[in-house]
Amino acid sequence: MAGVVIVGGGQAGFQTADSLRQEGYDGPIAIIGEEPHAPYQRPPLSKAYLLGETDRERLKFRPEAIYAERRIDLRTGVRVEAVDPASKCVTLSGGERLAYDHLVLATGARVRRLPVPGADLAGVHVLKTLDDVDAIEADLATAERVCVIGAGFIGLEFAAVARKLGKPVTVLEAAPRVMGRVAAPELSEFFTGLHRAHGVEIVCDAAVSELRGEGGRVTAVACADGQVFDAGLVVTGIGVIPDIALAEAAGLECDNGIAVDGFCRTSDPDIFAAGDCASFEHPFAGKRIRLESVQNAADQGRIAAAAIAGNPRLYDSVPWFWSDQYDVKLQMAGLMDGCDETVVRGDPAGGKFSLLHFRQGVFRAVDAISKPADYVQGRKLLEAGLSPTAEQARDTDFKLKDLLG
Amino acid sequence: MPKVTYIEHNGTEHEIDLPDGWTLMQGATLNGIDGIEGECGGSCGCATCHVYVDEAFLSKLDAPSENEEEMLECTVSPRESNSRLGCQIKVTDALDGIVVRMPEAQS
Repeated sequence: MAGVVIVGGGQAGFQTADSLRQEGYDGPIAIIGEEPHAPYQRPPLSKAYLLGETDRERLKFRPEAIYAERRIDLRTGVRVEAVDPASKCVTLSGGERLAYDHLVLATGARVRRLPVPGADLAGVHVLKTLDDVDAIEADLATAERVCVIGAGFIGLEFAAVARKLGKPVTVLEAAPRVMGRVAAPELSEFFTGLHRAHGVEIVCDAAVSELRGEGGRVTAVACADGQVFDAGLVVTGIGVIPDIALAEAAGLECDNGIAVDGFCRTSDPDIFAAGDCASFEHPFAGKRIRLESVQNAADQGRIAAAAIAGNPRLYDSVPWFWSDQYDVKLQMAGLMDGCDETVVRGDPAGGKFSLLHFRQGVFRAVDAISKPADYVQGRKLLEAGLSPTAEQARDTDFKLKDLLG
Repeated sequence: MPKVTYIEHNGTEHEIDLPDGWTLMQGATLNGIDGIEGECGGSCGCATCHVYVDEAFLSKLDAPSENEEEMLECTVSPRESNSRLGCQIKVTDALDGIVVRMPEAQS
């Protein structure tokens, strides 16, 4: 028996291995991870870890010894170079070939690099891995000013940390508003105000044209309109691209990610994909989407494991997500895609409110700012397929949980 | 180091010494004790580190934050009066000997 080979040691890869054993799968399991570390939790990297509130040891999902104990062959610092579906083998970076009965591609996503001159200067970083963050931390100690390029979750979370550590911070965003790809305008407005209140300079519609340096190290960020921002440390957070190279080369169907069904199965019945790299017909979305979130990575890891262990379950999660910036907790559930009406519950000026998004009168998503009750109850309503009316949602005296019965 | 006893849903007991300041969630996952997931990395965001705290120790804990209070409504196994999220409880000498039970399911 060749067992299960899992390509990728991130959240989805780890979860697949963990869930396989919980589902009673008894065959060999191997995790092939490119990073030199045992699988660890990424969410704290841009938050608690950088602030020194947690350490490397505590980021690990499990201590190394547990893998051996559970007969999980954990190989770190190893790349999978090729997948051969015909012979059901993968080729590793050292040349070794490893046979599989089932293969799980949990390859995640690669960070987009800034396509401008100077992007390779020292002091310019992306923020995805533990090593990225350790390198950022080293430069942060000496940098007088920090520039963040890209005002998505990663960029803004890092900006908040850098401010907390006392650095002057500028955030440059190419779009007209922060978090534009993922959030409603009301949220963009709130977070812009929040960061400005903490002293962050936020510049939207910024077309970064060049990173300038001296002696090979970054000193400034220049924009096409002539503005120049001094920076001894630049962190870019301009999105990710699903890592589908292995899947494509192996002839698997891809469509904005590795195309899988509701059991995380690819076009080859012995190959599964889970997490940021996979696109699927999402039952809640009602169409093929790809999600970049912990929730999805963990849930798809569980679904792939269940199918391989012979206990198949259909993926039916409602998406959820969160972000911590300063003392504000943003919690989101559902999908605002296609929504045509947004109701504000509470007073944004007071820093505690929620947005409920409706599509043709049907509740589809909630964003809660330091208002956990609305998040929790909203998420439960979405999971139950229940909807308040927009009128009810607007009335803060109306309790969402009354609909849950 | 404070001692913590974790009792799995099937009754298996694990007695562990945890470094001061570690959370109950970290203590379980980093000692390979099943029954606690903690998929949000311990930021009170997912309710998959649900534990039932032995009544004798309940009064020694800080009251749950508003966020924890609400997230406890998201647990998969029933919420009881002694339900807490393991990621929000840091062990200290004052909690030496604490006993927590794991629920039937976390996700």
